[in-house]
Amino acid sequence: MKKLLLTTAVLLLGTTAMAQDVVRLATEGAYPPYNFINDAGEVAGFERELGDELCKRAGLTCTWTTNEWDSIIPNLQSGNYDVIIAGMSITDEREEVVDFSQGYLAATPSAYLAASPDADLMSGPVAAQTSTIQAAFVAENGMQLVEYATPEETVAAVKNGEAVAVLADSDYLRPIADGSGGALVLLEKMENIGGGVGAAFRDSDDELRGKFDAAIQSMKCDGSLDAMITKPEYFGPDAPTAWGEKAKEGC
Amino acid sequence: MFAACADPKSIEGLTWAMCYLTSGKHQDFYWSFVTVLVLLAITAPTALAMGFAGATAARSHVAPISWLGKIYIWMVRGVPDIVFFLFFVIALDQVIEYAKSAAVCPSTDPYPWQGLEFRVCQAAKVPLSSASPFAHKLYGFALAVVTFAIVFGAFAANVIYGAMQAVPRAQLETAEAYGMSRAQVFRRILVPQMWVYALPGLGNLWMILIKATPLLFLLGVKDIVYYARELGGSKTQSYEYPHGDWRLWYFLGLMVFYLVFTRVSEIGLTRLTRRLSHGQATAGGEALRKAAT
Repeated sequence: MKKLLLTTAVLLLGTTAMAQDVVRLATEGAYPPYNFINDAGEVAGFERELGDELCKRAGLTCTWTTNEWDSIIPNLQSGNYDVIIAGMSITDEREEVVDFSQGYLAATPSAYLAASPDADLMSGPVAAQTSTIQAAFVAENGMQLVEYATPEETVAAVKNGEAVAVLADSDYLRPIADGSGGALVLLEKMENIGGGVGAAFRDSDDELRGKFDAAIQSMKCDGSLDAMITKPEYFGPDAPTAWGEKAKEGC
Repeated sequence: MFAACADPKSIEGLTWAMCYLTSGKHQDFYWSFVTVLVLLAITAPTALAMGFAGATAARSHVAPISWLGKIYIWMVRGVPDIVFFLFFVIALDQVIEYAKSAAVCPSTDPYPWQGLEFRVCQAAKVPLSSASPFAHKLYGFALAVVTFAIVFGAFAANVIYGAMQAVPRAQLETAEAYGMSRAQVFRRILVPQMWVYALPGLGNLWMILIKATPLLFLLGVKDIVYYARELGGSKTQSYEYPHGDWRLWYFLGLMVFYLVFTRVSEIGLTRLTRRLSHGQATAGGEALRKAAT
């Protein structure tokens, strides 16, 4: 028994000595085209490709994991993973608990998805995902808010009439409207909320954040970030989230 | 999986359905049934053992041990499951990493708990961040088993405690009159007789445990309900197999699974109760005796 314990201890210590630092990236996996679990059961989407490219440029070994949106920040702080890349908008409220890299997507307009183009947003509850900038926006602007844990459920709420509309990133809602055969439409009205999307780090992880910041900057400078954003399977050629000329600042 | 599935958007009909149902994500879904069954197979006996230990401790004649047993039962039963599952797991994980950090981190490291953050050196991470995804899953699963065992152990302890009190005093007195020691009375008379009183309560707990497995998702283990929701949700063209909202069908499938599973359990429990009632001084045992003569 003693020998067994000793061997395990040696094995544990041995592996720690050999362990190469692996950076664990976390995402939600339920918000296409930002991030989703594809049919092979792997993390996919724009942020998967971006994250892999950033790790390559920063010379880091990275692995992906998924975590539900609700507890994605507490688990970062608890050290279960090191980076959140999950379409997270940079807000003052979040800046108080985590540190963001520079934005990799410019501020995205949020859109309303409803059953008819003349839906009255004041006539009933508006759905949004819990702990998002959209949920805060709905509550602050005098609409009645109804929150759901996943983006999927917010859309389902509109389909079955529990909510008059759902407020979310237009890039997430547009494919849903296109694929619904006219049952769901985007309202003309858009809301410009949020200050761009960035990766989130623990406050104390400045070194890692610096590496990602440099990698994002280099992708902006050589135009590869915009090329990735405007791919048709992600945000399309007219993406408002692309950086355009602004990307060249400070190169 | 099959060669025909290479381009899912060009196939239709039965081939599409076959490819869809054998996609990587569906295979994960099928495996999650195994995960749930394995969890139940490990958790149930562990919880029963915890319950037995808790009940025995609560009945102890040594005051501190009895307090320990009673506090365990009272605390865990009093805290809502969902709070326990959210709080306890993160706390347990941090305590494990803290203990390891004391052994492997340089002593110059700052105290791990800094404000909202918990930070230990890379070498103290459990599992190591370089470990395979499977190791991370296994660790999450182990945390889930421990948490379930503690929660359900407390309820089982209460049931077993009640069952031990229900064994007729006369039985124990007779044993004492034969000169058995306290330990002998416990082992030979009390424990064999108390099961028949404990079984209805334990059977209830087993049913609740089966239905509580979706709480696994809170612990980061992807269970059948998570996959049903994820697979059933409507899929846009970003996915290889776009479809509408099919959650109803997936959840109907789950309903069948749970109903069959609980029904089979019920039948098993009825048989067990019958077996344990043989020769007992209860109404059930009396009925069996009459039927036999």
